[in-house]
Amino acid sequence: MDYFLTEDQQMIVEVAQQITDEKIIPCRAELDEKEEFPRDILRQIGQADLAGLYIDEEYGGYGGGCFDMVLALEQFARGCVGIATSFAANGLGAYPIILSGSEELKKHYLPLIASGEKYSAFALTEANAGSDASGIQTTAVLDGDEWVLNGTKQWITNGGEANIYSVIAITDPQKGARGATMFVVEDTDPGFSYGHKEKKLGIRASSTRELIFKDCRIPAERLIGRRGAGFITVMKTLDHSRPGIAILGVGLAQGALDEAAVYAKQRVQFGKPIISFQAVQHLLADMAIETEAARALVYAAAKHIDAHPKQMSKASSMCKVFATDMAMKVTTNAVQVLGGYGYMRDYPVEKMMRDAKILQIYEGTNQIQRNVIGQELNKEYNK
Amino acid sequence: MKIIICLKQVPDTRNVRLDPKTNTMSREGVESIMNPYDRHALEEGVSLAAQYGGTVTALSMGPPQAAEMLKEAIACGADQGVLISDRAFAGADTLATTYTLANAVLALGAADLIICGKQAIDGDTAQVGPGLARRLDLAYASCISKIHEVRNDCLLARRMMDDGYDELEITLPALLTVVREINEPRIPSLKGKMNARKAVIKTFNAADIGADTALLGLAGSPTRVARVFAPEVRGERAMLEGTVIEQVKELAAKLEAII
Repeated sequence: MDYFLTEDQQMIVEVAQQITDEKIIPCRAELDEKEEFPRDILRQIGQADLAGLYIDEEYGGYGGGCFDMVLALEQFARGCVGIATSFAANGLGAYPIILSGSEELKKHYLPLIASGEKYSAFALTEANAGSDASGIQTTAVLDGDEWVLNGTKQWITNGGEANIYSVIAITDPQKGARGATMFVVEDTDPGFSYGHKEKKLGIRASSTRELIFKDCRIPAERLIGRRGAGFITVMKTLDHSRPGIAILGVGLAQGALDEAAVYAKQRVQFGKPIISFQAVQHLLADMAIETEAARALVYAAAKHIDAHPKQMSKASSMCKVFATDMAMKVTTNAVQVLGGYGYMRDYPVEKMMRDAKILQIYEGTNQIQRNVIGQELNKEYNK
Repeated sequence: MKIIICLKQVPDTRNVRLDPKTNTMSREGVESIMNPYDRHALEEGVSLAAQYGGTVTALSMGPPQAAEMLKEAIACGADQGVLISDRAFAGADTLATTYTLANAVLALGAADLIICGKQAIDGDTAQVGPGLARRLDLAYASCISKIHEVRNDCLLARRMMDDGYDELEITLPALLTVVREINEPRIPSLKGKMNARKAVIKTFNAADIGADTALLGLAGSPTRVARVFAPEVRGERAMLEGTVIEQVKELAAKLEAII
């Protein structure tokens, strides 16, 4: 369907498409099998000027917005959600600096991320703080002109691979939700190390790892935004980044539909290609309808966010839920169309189905997203 | 360093078929692409310019539509594209092509380094690189698989050979042809594509490059194609069975019969 992209947006799609077809698809199975971080592909994405799509020009980026990022991510996810996640996680790590960081932090870190020279990561989750972010136990205490961090972050995407970490820690425990603050921690900071690297069902090319802070000392100016404004920054970051996860669902579903349709045309049973059977046609038709509907919603949400509205949580959560639930369904049906072959690792759809599941869980489970939408509706109808 | 990359637009031979009746290439619906070897030449030029400083000019002789390929070269990092295009060039063999390209290089004010692909995938002659070097009286090496270092007056490079490789010191100015192993060509970048969109491809005709028309195109080409044919597909094969000893004996007997 034609979404009337501008010439520049069309170019973003073309560059991302070429990287996906020529670089990502040929190596996705191997990276998945070896659980290997896609360092070389991320380097090539940087070389193609796509690492800083959402970063302002004055900090070395392209100066685009959420929608530009979504267009690139859609292509990457069509190839591999593991690789696309590794790329998208940079944005999640950079957004706290973009949205709340001081001019000094922006000038220092954003050009490094925009050029693709350094990777970033976002560190919120802990063993006791998942959906309930108020369970955070990592602390930061000001000691002279340094902050001292202690605690352990869990399941951090790009953990162990990124150089720049946006980390939330409790600075004022008595203040509750207003007692959390975000900091930039660098991979070389003293007292910072990596723990367990997770073995996952899907997105195995992406790194998911523990971060351990043991009297980790960082300069006072590494604080992102105001002291106590950590949760606000987290919420704003997630509002901006969720369409990026939603579009991974769309790209993934498109990839699965492509595989299923091509297979259904080639596979002959009862003397005919199976695409000629209505049972298969209806599966494919539903996959196509749902993918296109999700794409339209994600594009609309991304453009809504780029217009800087006061309220964006509902749109951001709606597209995340819809597109990722859809991706789970579409990839499962793609395996169904390929039948026994689809279940084998010789074909890419089993990986697509494995990769889909995380989309319903990370960056806020789809149940939490429905809470957000429900709460927004509750507020809207108060008026 | 002033670098010129010679590029040829070729039919995508992965999709080309020979018409069995006329024995001519059926180009209908076949996309034109940048010769794959030339893509490696371009990548090497762009990386050398980034590393040592300098400019990269993408040069092509071809019909007006080859300008699109030169824009693609700019998207991949070339600083400018120059198209040599004239009806008089039509039907050129490698002798006339090297004459035309040599004149074009001189019109551009020569270069420190010219890089070509090893050969083009349509003609597969591998003659244009060496022919151009001869006409311009440049130091020349073919099948370069690695450039180690560029110095003031020479460069150090590795040349692939059938039985290994040579390490060469090549005097500058020079012309090199490169093989696929030399690098991994980059994907056109977003900024590159934006530059390419704005870029104006300079176009020169025969008069602009001061060429003698008698030496151009078909008139300047002594090569005559006697016959073009698709090799017959011979599907004959025999499976040898039995023990290894029996198979070897049978194979030996078959070979003896041929000899």
